[in-house]
Amino acid sequence: MTQLPQSTDRKMGLVIDLDTCVGCHACVISCKGWNTENYGAPLSDQDAYGSDPSGTFLNRVHSFEVQPEQGHAQLVHFPKSCLHCEDAPCVTVCPTGASYKRVEDGIVLVNESDCIGCGLCAWSCPYGARELDVTEGVMKKCTLCVDRIYNENLEEVDRVPSCVRTCPAGARHFGDLGDPNSEVSKLVDERGGMDLMPEMGTKPVNKYLPPRPKDTIEEQIDILAPLLAPVAEEPQGFMGWLDKALDKLPGGNA
Amino acid sequence: MTIQQPKIDTSPKVSDEIRQTTCYMCACRCGINVHMKDGKVAYIEGNRNHPVNKGVLCAKGSAGIMQVNAPSRLKAPMKRVGPRGSGEFEEISWDEALEIAAGWLEPIRKDSPEKLAFFTGRDQSQSFTSFFAQNFGTPNYAAHGGFCSVNMAAGGIYTMGGAFWEFGQPDWDHTKLFMLFGVAEDHDSNPIKIGLGKIKARGARVIGVNPIRSGYNAIADDWVGITPGTDGLFILSMIHVLLKAGKIDLDYLSRYTNAPVLINASEGPEKGLFLRDADDKPLVIDRVTGELTAFDKPGVRPDLSATYETDGVTHRPVFHDMVERYMSDEYAPEAVADRCGIPAQRIRAIAGELARVAFDEAFELDKEWTDFRGEKHTKMIGRPVSMHSMRGVSAHANGFQTCRALHVLQIILGTVEVPGGFRFKPPYPKPVEAHPAPHSKVTPDAPLDGPHLGFVRGPENLALKEDGSPARIDKAFTWENPMSSHGLMHMVISNAHAGDPYKIDTLFMYMANMSWNSSMNTKGVMEMLTDKDESGEYVIPRIIYSDAYSSEMVAYSDLILPDTTYLERHDCISLLDRPICEADAAADAIRWPVIEPDRDVRGFQTALVQLANKMKLPGFTHEDGSAKWQDYADYIVNHERKPGIGPLAGFRGENGDKEGRGEVNPEQLDRYIENGGFYVAHIPDGADYYKPWNTSYQNWAVDMGIYDSPQPYLFQLYSEPMRKFQLAAEGHGDRQPPEHLRERIKEKLDPMPIWYETDQQGNEGFTVNALTQRPMAMYHSWGTQNAWLRQLHGRNPLYVPTKLMREHGLQDGDWAKVTSPHGEITVPVMEMAALNDNTVWTWNAIGKRKGAWALEEDAPEATKGFLLNHLIHELLPAKGDGMRWANSDPVTGQAAWFDLKVKIEKAGAPEDLAESQPVFEPIKSPVGTGPKNLAWKVGK
Repeated sequence: MTQLPQSTDRKMGLVIDLDTCVGCHACVISCKGWNTENYGAPLSDQDAYGSDPSGTFLNRVHSFEVQPEQGHAQLVHFPKSCLHCEDAPCVTVCPTGASYKRVEDGIVLVNESDCIGCGLCAWSCPYGARELDVTEGVMKKCTLCVDRIYNENLEEVDRVPSCVRTCPAGARHFGDLGDPNSEVSKLVDERGGMDLMPEMGTKPVNKYLPPRPKDTIEEQIDILAPLLAPVAEEPQGFMGWLDKALDKLPGGNA
Repeated sequence: MTIQQPKIDTSPKVSDEIRQTTCYMCACRCGINVHMKDGKVAYIEGNRNHPVNKGVLCAKGSAGIMQVNAPSRLKAPMKRVGPRGSGEFEEISWDEALEIAAGWLEPIRKDSPEKLAFFTGRDQSQSFTSFFAQNFGTPNYAAHGGFCSVNMAAGGIYTMGGAFWEFGQPDWDHTKLFMLFGVAEDHDSNPIKIGLGKIKARGARVIGVNPIRSGYNAIADDWVGITPGTDGLFILSMIHVLLKAGKIDLDYLSRYTNAPVLINASEGPEKGLFLRDADDKPLVIDRVTGELTAFDKPGVRPDLSATYETDGVTHRPVFHDMVERYMSDEYAPEAVADRCGIPAQRIRAIAGELARVAFDEAFELDKEWTDFRGEKHTKMIGRPVSMHSMRGVSAHANGFQTCRALHVLQIILGTVEVPGGFRFKPPYPKPVEAHPAPHSKVTPDAPLDGPHLGFVRGPENLALKEDGSPARIDKAFTWENPMSSHGLMHMVISNAHAGDPYKIDTLFMYMANMSWNSSMNTKGVMEMLTDKDESGEYVIPRIIYSDAYSSEMVAYSDLILPDTTYLERHDCISLLDRPICEADAAADAIRWPVIEPDRDVRGFQTALVQLANKMKLPGFTHEDGSAKWQDYADYIVNHERKPGIGPLAGFRGENGDKEGRGEVNPEQLDRYIENGGFYVAHIPDGADYYKPWNTSYQNWAVDMGIYDSPQPYLFQLYSEPMRKFQLAAEGHGDRQPPEHLRERIKEKLDPMPIWYETDQQGNEGFTVNALTQRPMAMYHSWGTQNAWLRQLHGRNPLYVPTKLMREHGLQDGDWAKVTSPHGEITVPVMEMAALNDNTVWTWNAIGKRKGAWALEEDAPEATKGFLLNHLIHELLPAKGDGMRWANSDPVTGQAAWFDLKVKIEKAGAPEDLAESQPVFEPIKSPVGTGPKNLAWKVGK
């Protein structure tokens, strides 16, 4: 068993806006590209051009249909990666110490040289956020792009996870959720950010911003007076209104 | 275990070098940073400085590395050695390939250039490919617009001198209500997503109109799950509500549109045309003087109300006709609700919200500007309502009129080219008058008489021969579809096969998968491509095809010119073509070989230059017979369309400091590369809105070489060119339509937007709408060969709404037989609740032919994947009138993909069937199949 730190200096994580995520998978592939080329072994693909292709991804987008009690069904796109939990069961279950949570920023990482690919961590993670790389035989998971966020070879603006940098809709935010004054913490406050499955007791650092209420236009818009009160029922009456209205325009006769 | 935190390198070297070029994983044309390690592509990310994507990048773009290493890439030129369709080829040298091509084409050119049909699919170099075709002399050239979104482009340009996507964009910084009509998930990929994110972050409302609630529509605040094909009716109903409530921008209508222009009411050949003065300028009544006046006279205040009487005839302004038509009860929400599948209350609520935001949330920008009548304005009035639309509206046979209706809605709210509304991107705004008319006059051994494609002004511009028969193989610009500005690529093969209007000799195509997902009636097309005449020769004698990949079309070609990938080539994304401008700037871009090809392939455009040189085509050849350009890069830098105007607008002139107009700069490509692969010329402050009427924008556009002279114009709520076709159908003029088309032209070429039910005669019993859309992470057929992307979208079930699932006793994974009047497929189904109750759909172009794209034959794309194309015919079912009518828009010829209606029934449980039906024989892959496993890491 591996110990978690008592506390971490910062709680770096993602805030993902489910109101804005269009489900385009940009984050999924950008993550695959960066993390294939960087930290640890490449993210491999099996049967890449065959009948049952499957590869290692550190981030995937799922889509769910939601049927409210009243109104139309809705589709929610739900990106999911490691949530870098404060009480990460994947760390405490690791028999070799390969899985650990960093003291300085709370990032949960796998030290691949110590990983024996036993899969206990994947079994213990209630979110299914870890994947065993079949080619390398080691456990892969989101690193929060630990090799980007401090990387002095990158411009400061680029020192964010690749999924955040690439997200076209701006639905992914990165920052210190341990700092109540950080932009991400403020966003969580304003938008009612939520934990994923809090009942599991893992205290995830990543937060999700819920979709705003939908299909409310008929409740909100008064379709009667004064907004849509008719100026005339017939074209002839309309022309009478028109003349008066034209006179009121700048440069008109009224 | 205690904490033994390993030390890791958090600052690894990212790459040896970044090379900045332009993406081509779809048509969006984002800027990319290609990270190189050891001379190889290691990682691709978005370019933060690029005007299109501003640093972000979609899944396709990030997966570009897997496109370059795709096993489906063709390796060398090939000539067919087996029968067509077999996939049996022999690799040949480029010398031999060009020799063969020139050997076929040169005799044609000498005798009858029209026997070459050159169509270029998803081409991003149309100003160059059309230049080749024009100099060859054939009238038979177009790209894929006719089966994509010509309705949207033509509807926009005829109405307001610009359309959506690359023609314009919402004012993302100011808009407060954004309404999307029929936008699939892939169009204008990153800019739309960036914009949605931006406006949602500040709480603006998004309304999505689409039968399918996925992608952008999934995050819309309000979803309108409309009945396919009824958008026009919904829009006209909102126009009805807004007119009735007087919620229209009268000042805007009177100043900037033809609403006040007087229509000739006198019987005769001028009826319905505008009253014009001796200088041919449309006339209005000046509200200040009450006099008949040219619309653009300084100081004139055009009157929307006043009429003009002469010789006992009352001539009324366009606005009178609009009021009369759209205030009619036939457009009342209650009258259209059932057909649209939208409750009347909801139609009113949405119209009300449009009015509230446009007028109650109007705002002002302190920007001075001067309009084309010389009037100075101290402010710009913002109306923060914006709209966007694409194929969902376009791909119906009523799509042109629906697009026009949508623009009329935008215009009566005063929301086009104002702050907060919809804004044009240079070279738009550009009225019809500033575009060429189509040209089709063939002279053996000589160039065509002008550009192929353009905008007809009336029957005089139709592409007809002296005997009245179509001049073009695709019958574009004929009475069947007079305003077919992008040609009709989807009709080329069937017309060539039928020898109607004439036989051709060589079909030459680029990037168009016509024997699979890019054709209606796919099986029929395969038969046409392989059909032989009595003498045993192929009915379409020769087929040349260029593609970078082993697509389904390769097998049906005689000569293959293998293209490079986008990272290995030169390209220009040109202002002469489809540029990458923003509303605040003109911009263009290049591609350049960030890596060299590792095989015997050539960029198609370079191959075309070499072929042209071999044939010594005029335009490509100096007077002394020597070639003007050696390759495409040479052309990009040194070609001048007019003196000082070339394919690229940036870094012109001897010192590279001129933009728009300037002498050729031999260093131009280097300067683009230094600048990140693109060039941006900003529109001056104060010239950035009201562009069609704004003097300082017009002057800037002239300086940039966009216009030769200022081109202010009015928005065309009433389309005079359409009226001219109606007049012909009524019997006026020399050029007369055939009898069987008269009534249709009178009805469908109405100069003011109408809605009509698309033609489903012969479809009794087929009541379910069937659609396709492309996923955001795939671009037509390309994605499937990409090992990463196919893991996202490797399967395409038929999505069926809950109601139909229940009615037919279907469960997820069951097989359903889907039938149309034309054909039958059997496919796996999946339930989807967030879907119009009477609509089924699937992802487009996921289904693959066995043997194509270097996939193994048991790949799910080739076993369970399927195409709806088998259910769609290029002709409508026979009506018993002895004729077969095209399945296309009667105005533009746009392929009506989305008019498809089907019936559906259960065919079996999941285990009852192994493969989707129909199944086709595998084609032999010229490239084999890909490796089993990948662990792709370039760096150490």
